Amino acid sequence: MTNGADNNLLEIQDLWVKFPTRSGIFDAVRGISFSLGRERLGIVGESGSGKSMTGRAILRLIRPPGIVSAARIDLEGENLMELSERQMRSVRGQRISMIMQDPKFSLNPVMRVGEQISEAYRLHANTSKAAAKRKSLEMLEAVKIRDPERVYSLFPHEVSGGMGQRIMIAMMMIPDPKILIADEPTSALDVSVQMQVLEIMDNLVRDRGMGLIFISHDLNLVSAFCDRVLIMYAGRVIETCRADRLHEAKHPYTRGLLNSLPRLDAPVERLEVLKRDPAWRDEDSISGQT
Amino acid sequence: MSGILIDGLNVWFGEHEMRVDAVKGASISVPEGGSFGLVGESGSGKSTILRALTGLVPTWNGYMEVLGTPLGAKRDRSFYRKVQMVFQDPYASLHPRHSVDQVLGETLSLHGFRDIDARISKLLDDVGLGASFRFRYPHQLSGGQRQRVAIARALAPEPQILLLDEPTSALDVSVQAEILNLLSDLRKERNLTYLMVSHNLAVVGHICSSIAVMQLGEIVETLSVEQMRAQETQHPYTKHLLASSLGAIKGDGSGADRAHG
Ligand SMILES: Nc1ncnc2c1ncn2[C@@H]1O[C@H](COP(=O)(O)OP(=O)(O)OP(=O)(O)O)[C@@H](O)[C@H]1O
Ligand SMILES: Nc1ncnc2c1ncn2[C@@H]1O[C@H](COP(=O)(O)OP(=O)(O)OP(=O)(O)O)[C@@H](O)[C@H]1O
Ligand SMILES: [Mg+2]
Ligand SMILES: [Mg+2]
Repeated sequence: MTNGADNNLLEIQDLWVKFPTRSGIFDAVRGISFSLGRERLGIVGESGSGKSMTGRAILRLIRPPGIVSAARIDLEGENLMELSERQMRSVRGQRISMIMQDPKFSLNPVMRVGEQISEAYRLHANTSKAAAKRKSLEMLEAVKIRDPERVYSLFPHEVSGGMGQRIMIAMMMIPDPKILIADEPTSALDVSVQMQVLEIMDNLVRDRGMGLIFISHDLNLVSAFCDRVLIMYAGRVIETCRADRLHEAKHPYTRGLLNSLPRLDAPVERLEVLKRDPAWRDEDSISGQT
Repeated sequence: MSGILIDGLNVWFGEHEMRVDAVKGASISVPEGGSFGLVGESGSGKSTILRALTGLVPTWNGYMEVLGTPLGAKRDRSFYRKVQMVFQDPYASLHPRHSVDQVLGETLSLHGFRDIDARISKLLDDVGLGASFRFRYPHQLSGGQRQRVAIARALAPEPQILLLDEPTSALDVSVQAEILNLLSDLRKERNLTYLMVSHNLAVVGHICSSIAVMQLGEIVETLSVEQMRAQETQHPYTKHLLASSLGAIKGDGSGADRAHG
């Protein structure tokens, strides 16, 4: 896979996300910079480190009173920070899709899941209802849903956790986006289905040259599946590395994360718990640009 | 006495040609103070078993018993004092307009506790959330922070049985380790009984002593965690699940599942 400035789909420089709170401004993301090529970029880090806010900020989906600022967020050379809200709406879903961490929450609770996929497809492809339904059933099958006909007519509260995640993945792939931001897309899936779903995303990266931002707390998965990883702590990028070298990461924070994993083949009485060093907060953010 | 006893449980949804048999003839026995894991395919009926136990699915037959008391169609408040559930989806299970303080305070007062203020601080502390989270609303919390609030809420009535549906799948590994240690400590201190669903065999292996493997609504195999570790399994699906997990767990690139060489 080739990388480098010319090949980059996305260039982000000095991105901040701020929330005014009672006790002053809280900086959820603190001046991070990275680029995304036609690759699988993993973002890992502890809960609250700013992974989801980074993903949402790219789409300018931070709810007020939250504030996004950045020197630039260039999508194929066009600075998204300068677009109007109307122009942003056509970026969202068309050029950049995001699978939210809360899959069922993003579905309409009173509409059958199949109809929601069909509607998304018709918005995109402008076809007949019957054709959209056929396509939707195909998509459900592609994400390894057993019995797509039945699941098509279920309401969101009637599908299992793992089905909900796969339905969201199916919907987000319909518009054939340039960039897919997937926030914990497989956290409810067992390993075998997980591998099949990753394979689908992988094909999109390989065959259609899509860029994938893969947010996950599953270090093993990111290490096995992604090309590059950004490791976030307290709103900054504290370390970056090649994904297959994640297990050799140097930073004590990353080491701590790796050591707190339970292992099927090596049981322990108590799991190691990360000991945070207050000095980590003040370390400079490392650039994830290529 | 057994903590949880389930014998020949069937659960279905819908009628006639729309009927789905989500759980078919499932039997599980968890001793009081024991810890039992449910693993298996997505959509195989794991959450449905927990939901049937807590009275959230009316269409079931078979036998279910909790701490020696057989379960009928309804559950009263004393049931929820004894049995609490942590749901798979931390987003849907917290009321969007209730602050953390309200969520915990209401649960505590519903179950007749008085020293609510002190208990809220203690609960937040137990799940590793500081006092600064107390007056936040769900939309001001990250995914993992919400799940910790959900766990604190389940612990609030001091239940004897915890039903845990993927309790750590929304958590990063460091918080996961904290929560798993907390769950182990609580079980030892208070002799709690756990029935836990997880797709992560390493997590189940850490917390549970026995597991049942589900596929298409049926329990296809029940085995001890030692048997699971030693890969002493009979059923092909269990073998497959173990093989993929061990492959993925190595994570050093030597596993069979690495997408690109
Ligand atoms: N509306 C808000 N007001 C105040 N703080 C907020 C708000 N929304 C998010 N935050 C805070 O921003 C920080 C980053 O949140 P984010 O959702 O990006 O975390 P995350 O890395 O995705 O964590 P997780 O792995 O738990 O999902 C968290 O500490 C969170 O509490
Ligand atoms: N209210 C409902 N109406 C109709 N079908 C339902 C309902 N609730 C669950 N089901 C179906 O029952 C089956 C089992 O679902 P369940 O949620 O128990 O799966 P699960 O094993 O927990 O899966 P996952 O690991 O994906 O969460 C699924 O096919 C699901 O669609
Ligand atoms: Mg998140
Ligand atoms: Mg489930």
